[in-house]
Amino acid sequence: MSDVAEYALRLGDDALVLSHRLAQWSASAPEIEEDIALTNIALDLLGQARRLLTIAGVREGQGRDEDDLAYLRPEREFRNLRIVELDNGDFADTIVRQLLFSTYQLSLYAELTASTDPDLAAVAGKAVKEVAYHRDHAVKWTLRLGDGTQKSHERSQAALERLWPYRHELFETDELTARLIDAGVAADPAVLRSTWDPFVAAVLDQATLTAPEDGARKPTGGRRGQHGEILGPMLAEMQWLHRSAPGVRW
Amino acid sequence: MSDERREWPLWEVFVRSKRGLSHQHVGSLHAPDAEMAVRNARDVYTRRQEGVSIWVVATADITASSPDEKDAFFDPAADKAYRHPTFYHVPEGVRHL
Repeated sequence: MSDVAEYALRLGDDALVLSHRLAQWSASAPEIEEDIALTNIALDLLGQARRLLTIAGVREGQGRDEDDLAYLRPEREFRNLRIVELDNGDFADTIVRQLLFSTYQLSLYAELTASTDPDLAAVAGKAVKEVAYHRDHAVKWTLRLGDGTQKSHERSQAALERLWPYRHELFETDELTARLIDAGVAADPAVLRSTWDPFVAAVLDQATLTAPEDGARKPTGGRRGQHGEILGPMLAEMQWLHRSAPGVRW
Repeated sequence: MSDERREWPLWEVFVRSKRGLSHQHVGSLHAPDAEMAVRNARDVYTRRQEGVSIWVVATADITASSPDEKDAFFDPAADKAYRHPTFYHVPEGVRHL
């Protein structure tokens, strides 16, 4: 698989898996308006996933299309970050994840608009506006939950404790990213982190939340196909229809 | 703020379309505050490019005429046809009317 194909697969899987998680809020959010907000975000991510997986399929050159990649790969072939596969938890868990992930994804896409790969730059150019809204939504809610009632504060602080260790993986590098950064194709995680750290710190501070101390636990491995056991059941649900009725259309 | 769960207040939503000059009432929704109401309105009422600007107003802040007053308010206008500008002849040669 070419480097660009693998990179597009990673970013596409992030968008696809988080899209499915957010879609699971459909009809379950605290209010119908929030239901619509979260599923709107899910649809934006699904659109990004489709474009990125299409690029991955074309660059791979083995004739796989977006559906083949989304619905016919087993768990170990998914390349998404661990944080996006976690179950939704309560509303605070979902919002804190949105804050941590969309802040990362926004600077990622902003960097990729200048990628030397025209396909990736085009996807990023469209997605950057969508994700700007996702981050705004997450920030607004983090402030309201963190600095809201005692219960909403406790729950969002608990969500932060749970999710905080997963942030390390967002900024990991490996040989693939090193090659692609040299070629001007990929975004440099060091650059992303330099905007992520102060932005998230400022939001948490305003939301009266406290960033936890770093412990030994740093969940990782998603980019190599090593996932939590939680991903399997999610993929089973997501892939069931396509596997039961291959190529089915509405 | 109490920890008890309360219903979100209701907001009236006004959207100005790309070609429109004024904001039109499009419906209402629930939101915890005005800032979130604008965002919810964006998601509920402008998903299909319906607008370029959104206003929200707390429904509780609207003072409305009462249905009980309908007769006194509106019926007296019914027989005053002369208020409609249909009795004027437009002179020939007047353009742009």
